Amino acid sequence: MAKMTIQDKLALLSDAAKYDASCASSGTSKRGSRDGTGLGSTTGSGICHAYAPDGRCISLLKILMTNYCVYDCAYCVNRASSNVLRARFTVDEVVWLTTEFYRRNYIEGLFLSSGIIKSSDYTMEEMVRIAEKLRAGGFRGYVHLKTIPEASPELIERAGLVADRLSINVELPTDASVRSLAPEKDPVGIRKAMGKVRLTKEDYAERSFTGRRRAKFAPAGQSTQMIVGADAADDATILGNASRLYGAYGLKRVYYSAFSPIPDSSAVLPLIDPPLMREHRLYQADWLLRFYDFELGEIVTRDAGGMLDLDVDPKLAWALANRDRFPVDVNRAEKAMLLRVPGFGTKIVDRILKARRQGALGLEDIRRMGGRVKAARAFVTAKGHHPSGALDAADLRARFVKPKQMELF
Amino acid sequence: MYAPRLPRLGTEPAWRDAARRLAAVRPADIDWGWEDADAAFFADPLPEAPTDLTVPKAFPGLVRPLLSERSGRGFALAHALLHRLQAQRGLLSSRADSDVAEAQRIAKEIRRDIHKMHAFLRFREVDAPGPRRAFAAWFEPDHRIEEATADFFVNRFGDMDWRIVTPEVTVTYRDGALDLVATDSLRPEAEDPLEQLWTTYYSNIFNPARLKVDAMRAEMPKKYWRNLPEARAIPDLIAGARAATLKMQQAGPTQPAPQSLRRPARPEPEPAMPDTSPDLFGAPDLPTLAREVEGCTRCPLHAPATQVVFGEGPAAARVMIVGEQPGDREDIAGRPFVGPAGQLFDEVAQAAGLDRGDCYVTNAVKHFKFVQKGKRRIHQKPATSEVNACNWWLGQELRAVDPALVVAMGATALHALTGKGAGLLKRRGGVERTKDGRPVLVTVHPSYLLRLPDPEARARETEAFRRDLARIPDLLAA
Ligand code: SF4
Repeated sequence: MAKMTIQDKLALLSDAAKYDASCASSGTSKRGSRDGTGLGSTTGSGICHAYAPDGRCISLLKILMTNYCVYDCAYCVNRASSNVLRARFTVDEVVWLTTEFYRRNYIEGLFLSSGIIKSSDYTMEEMVRIAEKLRAGGFRGYVHLKTIPEASPELIERAGLVADRLSINVELPTDASVRSLAPEKDPVGIRKAMGKVRLTKEDYAERSFTGRRRAKFAPAGQSTQMIVGADAADDATILGNASRLYGAYGLKRVYYSAFSPIPDSSAVLPLIDPPLMREHRLYQADWLLRFYDFELGEIVTRDAGGMLDLDVDPKLAWALANRDRFPVDVNRAEKAMLLRVPGFGTKIVDRILKARRQGALGLEDIRRMGGRVKAARAFVTAKGHHPSGALDAADLRARFVKPKQMELF
Repeated sequence: MYAPRLPRLGTEPAWRDAARRLAAVRPADIDWGWEDADAAFFADPLPEAPTDLTVPKAFPGLVRPLLSERSGRGFALAHALLHRLQAQRGLLSSRADSDVAEAQRIAKEIRRDIHKMHAFLRFREVDAPGPRRAFAAWFEPDHRIEEATADFFVNRFGDMDWRIVTPEVTVTYRDGALDLVATDSLRPEAEDPLEQLWTTYYSNIFNPARLKVDAMRAEMPKKYWRNLPEARAIPDLIAGARAATLKMQQAGPTQPAPQSLRRPARPEPEPAMPDTSPDLFGAPDLPTLAREVEGCTRCPLHAPATQVVFGEGPAAARVMIVGEQPGDREDIAGRPFVGPAGQLFDEVAQAAGLDRGDCYVTNAVKHFKFVQKGKRRIHQKPATSEVNACNWWLGQELRAVDPALVVAMGATALHALTGKGAGLLKRRGGVERTKDGRPVLVTVHPSYLLRLPDPEARARETEAFRRDLARIPDLLAA
């Protein structure tokens, strides 16, 4: 076979990386290069430098170091038994691509992942070397390393000292699914590795607090990803697992990735269209759990078979099922209850709390502040507004459900 | 009538100066504008600035973006707010006010414009005379944001020389010096060989099975496309997406790659459940037990926990310390007694003349039991059924270590060791018998001390705990 060009490799190894949902480049330590001795800076919330036609943000050069892999995870395009073409970047190629793309303002940095070659430690060390080389060359952009769970603690520590974020994928919502679809992966080992990252980060935070050591360990924290729709786990199981992960390992984010058909697929998995709406609802529910003080049992109920409502968002679904808690008076209600009004986000609620000190608010005022009044109106009273019968209307739910569109092709 | 005209560059200080002088003037009496736009007719000279002008903290942040607004409306609005603030200090927090709302809306639009320039500007490499590499970019912002965006690029591309050209301004950064000139320019025709690689990346990172064109357009409106090299690929990507997905689905599963069938078979995983029949030929050894317990599923606690936390210490230890169960930190670290209660235990034990390294320390239950409260994991007392299930492991440890003395810390440990845990405080300090006849010293769990809110009571109880532990040498000698 003719030698692959860097363009061939890039095509192959970015294609193989696209199933990882994470693209964030946010929340890391402040860095810049105005001193002229290096390249790059970081911003608080990161930047999306382009959007792909799938609507996803492109912020990082997201590639695999190699798509060779000794594992055989059924859902993965790179599994050992797949017939895809294989390629491997050298350390220098990745460093070159990252900095050249960065210089042209295409990206915020690198998200490097890899198939497992030879051994976990060998693979992890090659990845760490890439990040170390970038940093040694003066690169101050964002680096996210996918960590191999079985890698030795020393390598995880080295990784955290050069990367902004580390992530370890839990892969699937339950241990049983991991064991059946990713037979070589060990769910307990994955959790232990996430625990190791948390402990090491805490260790460094303490040490720098006492002033003895200033190095930062993975300043943008750790994240993980769960594939949704490749096994039978329901939403309650998925969200329950996610909140445990947030709690136990201090994760910044749990990414939900709708299982999507892959080329050269394995016989054990369905080639369905990816459940994108379900993925979207899971993100919304995840948000409610983390920032709106909802309890898991309020969002996914036994009655609904542990699944989120696909037609309406989880907050609206809760409001529709708990109409006796409404209407909420926007001029009097406590913050916790305002946060439960459909159409009001945390920002709007803060603005309402501030603005209402200056005088009673009507719906028009709230619309001006950016509240989605259309969603809220049936659930609130405001100056000059009362929902009267709207709350009891039998068709209230129907009003929010978009008619199903025919697929257009 | 006043008619301040503001320069294309240096706009902010010029506005600030004019606005200070005009703070007391009614907005209706001022006609704000750009120098390079419409000229002013009957303009009066601006008054002197008052010395005592103050603004709330939020004011500069809200007003700064407005000064890049292309039509000049931003100047007037910024002044109107300044003027009204003199009488109404709380004005800015009232988003329902129509001036404030308009200012917020325009500021948001400008911030978006700035953000999109940070995001969508593309550099191309050009010939460099000196040792630093040189790049140039063309960008067409909606508003007059060149000054507002320059620092971002200075801080990001500090080790290269670059030029950003817009239809109205040229920003040059050479050898660390920034220079802005207001001059008209036309869009250049240029290429960079890296653009092809970048487009390759853009096309391959896209997942055709997830086509969502509207979402892309909302964030990357078409007006930017002509200056984005990768955007040339978009029409083909969209057109081919459905076909690509269908092809994957219709192709169906394929045969495993031949080389993968030659992979060495993985060793069988350890059986999940250990053999629970009693070992008739002597005690099991600790390393074997530690390996076996990892697969334990005797009770539901194994599922949500990170890992099992087995006991630790010398196999020949004469003292075995038994606590309740691992906590948050033990669960993460995989070792017993490393959390706050463990640290307190270490301290008190040391004060009592006991060396933890000489003891075997373990828990009655080997998995962390908790409930999730928001982001925190709150410790839960294990149920009797769980303590009983886990007793099998404690029994194995007792047999393997064969200690001369066991210390039960807290009711759960006492229950696990003796079969009944009630009345701990009445029983503490006493020596009882385990189910298999070993002496057990009864004391409290250090987490009990940590929970006492009253410092005096805590000191008293800690001292009592120390006295309990200090008896260990005597009991061993007896
Ligand atoms: S707590 Fe004990 S009995 Fe329950 S699963 Fe863990 S080791 Fe087994």
